[in-house]
Amino acid sequence: MRWLIKDARLLDPDRGVDRVADLLIENGKIAKIGMGLAVEGDHEVIEAAGMVLCPSFIDIHVHLREPGREYAETIESGVRAAAAGGFGAVACMPNTDPPLDNHAMVRYVIDQALKYGPVEVMPIGCITRGRAGERLAEFGEMVDAGAVGVSDDGDPVSDSSLMRRALEYAQQFEIPIFTHPEDRSLSRNGVMNEGVVSTRLGLKGIPKQAEEIGIARDIELTALTGGRLHVLHVSSAGGVELVRRAKERGLNVTAETAPHYLALTDEALTGYDTNRKMNPPLRTSADREALRRGVAEGVLEVIATDHAPHPVHEKEAEFDRAPFGVLGLETALGVLVTHCVRPGHLTLETVIERLTAGPSGVLGREHRGIREGEEAALTLFAPEESWVVDPGRLHSISRNTAFGGERLFGVVKALFLGEEMIPSDEGTSSEDRPATMVS
Amino acid sequence: MKLARKHLLGMEGVSRTEIETLLNSAETFKEILDRKIPKVPSLRGLTAVNLFFEPSTRTRLSFELAEKRLSADSVSISPSGSSSEKGESLIDTIHNVEAMKVDFLIVRHSAAGAPHFLASRCDVAVINAGDGCHEHPTQALLDLFTIRQHLPTFEGLKVAILGDIAHSRVARSNIWALRTMGADVTLCAPRTLLPPGIEDLGAKIHPRLDDLIDEMDIIMVLRIQKERQGESFLPSSREYARHFSLTRSRADRMKANSFIMHPGPINRGIEMAPEVADGPRSVILDQVTNGVAVRMAVLYLLAGGETDHALAN
Repeated sequence: MRWLIKDARLLDPDRGVDRVADLLIENGKIAKIGMGLAVEGDHEVIEAAGMVLCPSFIDIHVHLREPGREYAETIESGVRAAAAGGFGAVACMPNTDPPLDNHAMVRYVIDQALKYGPVEVMPIGCITRGRAGERLAEFGEMVDAGAVGVSDDGDPVSDSSLMRRALEYAQQFEIPIFTHPEDRSLSRNGVMNEGVVSTRLGLKGIPKQAEEIGIARDIELTALTGGRLHVLHVSSAGGVELVRRAKERGLNVTAETAPHYLALTDEALTGYDTNRKMNPPLRTSADREALRRGVAEGVLEVIATDHAPHPVHEKEAEFDRAPFGVLGLETALGVLVTHCVRPGHLTLETVIERLTAGPSGVLGREHRGIREGEEAALTLFAPEESWVVDPGRLHSISRNTAFGGERLFGVVKALFLGEEMIPSDEGTSSEDRPATMVS
Repeated sequence: MKLARKHLLGMEGVSRTEIETLLNSAETFKEILDRKIPKVPSLRGLTAVNLFFEPSTRTRLSFELAEKRLSADSVSISPSGSSSEKGESLIDTIHNVEAMKVDFLIVRHSAAGAPHFLASRCDVAVINAGDGCHEHPTQALLDLFTIRQHLPTFEGLKVAILGDIAHSRVARSNIWALRTMGADVTLCAPRTLLPPGIEDLGAKIHPRLDDLIDEMDIIMVLRIQKERQGESFLPSSREYARHFSLTRSRADRMKANSFIMHPGPINRGIEMAPEVADGPRSVILDQVTNGVAVRMAVLYLLAGGETDHALAN
């Protein structure tokens, strides 16, 4: 197949590409970039004036739930959701059942994903066996099977000595430790950010210090070991500052935040909407401000969604009982364009960089990007078009989006991965979707 | 006057006019309750379900009596333990109750927001009878009603709420309601039992009971739950009592015409001395009596009734 994408804004901030031109994909590669490229017989021409063509997005923090909780998400539905959101690659967390803590489980996920198209699924293995927080899992074996990092995400590694060993041991395999920073003794039983809103709602709060103590500890352990640390889902201003200072010290620390933290605050919980309950929780507008600044300045080099599917029957519950976690893959671009780019908090260039070259860097991969001869991994989207999020029409099996009913700007049109193109409307035919609806 | 709302989920956002309408209506029902046959047909044909997921004696009895005195059909259920332990979710329980065609759900639940969740998922009028540490609006209304019986105005009234503010739905509902009515609210508690940002609700904080006791018109005492010691909110109830218990000698320093309230149940000897609870300044049993009239008013007005309407006969 050959595709000629005409008059798109080619945007690859990392390679300094930002111009309106035509781009030809041939044999899975970017064959040619230029103005007024000639249409030849077998080209499929895509008129893309007003659209942006950028490197396909990479989400280094998703939960695909398979194996174990296939009623919430499967690898198949997860990669469909990813493609619909413009993501060409996702790194999935190991908190499945059983967890991804060995060679066979890592291999299983990769093999499953290969059945469902070109979206790359990169498993993250466990730090500890069974995610029990007691003994190290076999990093080397998992890396050989294809794991791109290790994490006990969802739970912190509470034992500081064990975390130290993990940061030491991972070095020989050149993989990052993805840390879920949380002092559980401080966050215990909490369900939202601690502050005036939790007081008003009568809900148990989680102070941001629970996260910050975790980040501070892991940064110091990184200093101790010379390890490689990636901080997951930074949600607070203090967290951004800790990462900033760690970088100033020259430590090998990277960090991410998620679109929902850049868009919402704890005020969004006044209706007890469990689809806005996640851990770490939505914080205050001052924290959101600091996160946006952190992304703009590159302290946070990654925006990752922490896509966390939960079925309707688990989320339709008392706020205290509903599980933590929200969907992210399909709304990420729209949320970022609508809540950050259009109001002027972040540039589109920054957002694209944090969804492409930023995450590549964390995984230690070369950023392919937009240049002739490079393998095609491209996302086409219309930044000025809008859509209304209908939870019932998402590709994910679950419905727990924090943005249901909202009009979002930024519509993904197609994902080009090697020899394949996935148009945004194709994946919508997910027949095996359960017939549950959120009212 | 009518009440333009379907549910009563909390005192936050309830206007002064609405509160006055409710209290005026309760006044009428109070008179009815003093009659020989304390019953009116106002809610005949309507059905109320009291759904108490958390144990309660007085609130539940108070609602049941209010419903019966208004001639509503009423049923009470107390799912033993949590419904989820029995495999049924709250939403399923409620859809089943709703399917039996009821008009009111009176909900007590340990999870904050549970009544709000139900109100947004079913078509029945929901009254919050206490949700977690969030709100207990009918308690605040009966407290206001009781205050109004004894004092001419709320404006500038000095009210202290004493005790475990952090875990108290009564405190939150009273702060909203009293502030709306123009009263001056001071919270007195150890720092561990004050939730963050509570000042933003419009209340002041004072850590020493002895400094404010002689200025207050009303002291509302909250129950200190024994398990708070285990969670290290307090070193011991003995130490708490030393600084915050409403003892006889402290009560004696209160100014003339001031009085003492407690939503019950009382831990005698911890948050207040037994002789203070039963003493001349205590209006605790008035609160209980007024609870029925106030809940009648809430049910009646939510059902679309009007205050100046001829109620009975």
